Amino acid sequence: MRRNSVSIVGAAETTDLGKIPGLSQIQLHADAALNAIADAGLKLSDIDGIATAGESPTNLSHYLGLVPTWVDGTSVGGCSFMLHVRHAAAAINEGLCNTVLITHGESGRSNVGRSAFRGGGRSTIPGQFEGPYGGMGPTTSFTLPFLRYMKDTGTTAEQLAMVAVVQRAWATKNPRATLQTPTTVEEVMNDRMIAYPFTKSECCLVTDGGGALILTRAERAKDFPNKPVYILGTGESVETPMISQMEDFTTSRAFRVSGQKAFEESGITHKDVDHLMIYDAFAHLPFYGLEDLGFCKKGEAGAFIWEQNTAPGGSLPLNTNGGGLSYMHSGMYGMYALQESVRQMRGTAAAQIADAKISVCHGVGGMFAASGTIVMTNDPA
Amino acid sequence: MVDKTKIPLPQPTPETAHFWAGTKNETLKLQRCDDCNNVYFPPRPFCPSCASRKVSVFDASGSATLYSYVINNRPHPAFDGPYSIAVVELEEGPRMMSNIINCPQTPEALELDMPLEVVFESMSEEISLPYFQPATSDSKSSDSRNQ
Ligand SMILES: [Zn+2]
Repeated sequence: MRRNSVSIVGAAETTDLGKIPGLSQIQLHADAALNAIADAGLKLSDIDGIATAGESPTNLSHYLGLVPTWVDGTSVGGCSFMLHVRHAAAAINEGLCNTVLITHGESGRSNVGRSAFRGGGRSTIPGQFEGPYGGMGPTTSFTLPFLRYMKDTGTTAEQLAMVAVVQRAWATKNPRATLQTPTTVEEVMNDRMIAYPFTKSECCLVTDGGGALILTRAERAKDFPNKPVYILGTGESVETPMISQMEDFTTSRAFRVSGQKAFEESGITHKDVDHLMIYDAFAHLPFYGLEDLGFCKKGEAGAFIWEQNTAPGGSLPLNTNGGGLSYMHSGMYGMYALQESVRQMRGTAAAQIADAKISVCHGVGGMFAASGTIVMTNDPA
Repeated sequence: MVDKTKIPLPQPTPETAHFWAGTKNETLKLQRCDDCNNVYFPPRPFCPSCASRKVSVFDASGSATLYSYVINNRPHPAFDGPYSIAVVELEEGPRMMSNIINCPQTPEALELDMPLEVVFESMSEEISLPYFQPATSDSKSSDSRNQ
């Protein structure tokens, strides 16, 4: 995409996060959408492009009463919203629409009005070759590569636990975070074992919530009430729907391809990055993200986090909302990572990084199946 | 395993039928590209490396090593207590998911890169699943699986 040609002019989460039994899935989308529209000072009738995942764009358009001229239902898991931002930027630049609404809503905890799980049937390739082996979803498949990563890189269980500790440190600064009590490596390691070597504190939360973004052409951005956030670069890719068929258990190809593309498009170097979000469904994901995006050399991310570089006061603030481990995780967390990047660029985050000008927001979809990366800036130049 | 009926059994498709016919017959079938020699899995009637449709099915040795795993501690109706979900690396190169059986389900007993061999478990009239257990003989470089 063309740098800084498209801007995020509206951003909001659902009014509440956490446990929301009073709202169904589609109303979580709508609640977030209405909040984002109010944030941008727009009316629903101003929206002419719609993108969503987890809910059908047709259902959502009808529910909101929209008449879109551009529709994107890309659904590749929790990073779908990063892909929507990328596709929306291209569509706006091509003149297919002017003002795009991207929504997420998920009743992950309360399970109200939730879309049927679209897991593969027994005749699909994953259903035939992974389905019979007792997998329990993300807790046993997302985690499966990590023992190999540990052995090949020398990363330790203590270093894994430190990821959860550091993200909790960020969450203590955030009144909207689900878990706000500080924790320790010992506590994390002694928590209930879910799927060895991962304890409960190293697995994401399961909560209800939603979020929405509104994008338009950058030259219009100054007419909106909030500080505009510009899209500087974008990337996306997919690898495999089967964890067993990932090319290499120590690195994600989708992360590398998506990250490299986003850095190329944006023209930035790693030194330019003031703030970083790496989708953390499980505590090992920041290791893969830091290495595959090029912030750390192979096998050095464990020590990098252990030495507090990503913690409050560190050189590379990472997952400053508390992340999927401590802030919230409805199932498709990518939207909340994007929301935190927008807040940091607007200067309105709960744990605001002083003078932050560039934020990199990196998402994963499925279990290392897909990836999307968005580079944002508040500098219109 | 305590209850086989709680395992969602594969439903073969035209492209995978040879694999499941093979496991029913206690052989592990892989495919090799006749043009570029690439050995691949899961089954498909073309080479994912060079796109050639000239591919052959052959019997794998059944030897493998333990590439990675987790030990699931949450209850599953088919299993009695914690159990391993593993990815094994076959001697021929491809990797596949399986469970490691006939072995304590502990980090001490499940050592990465340990030698394994395939065993087949009949689950229904149509389906036998390939599982892996610690290697019982030095069959590492042998071409035929000894059973
Ligand atoms: Zn070939």
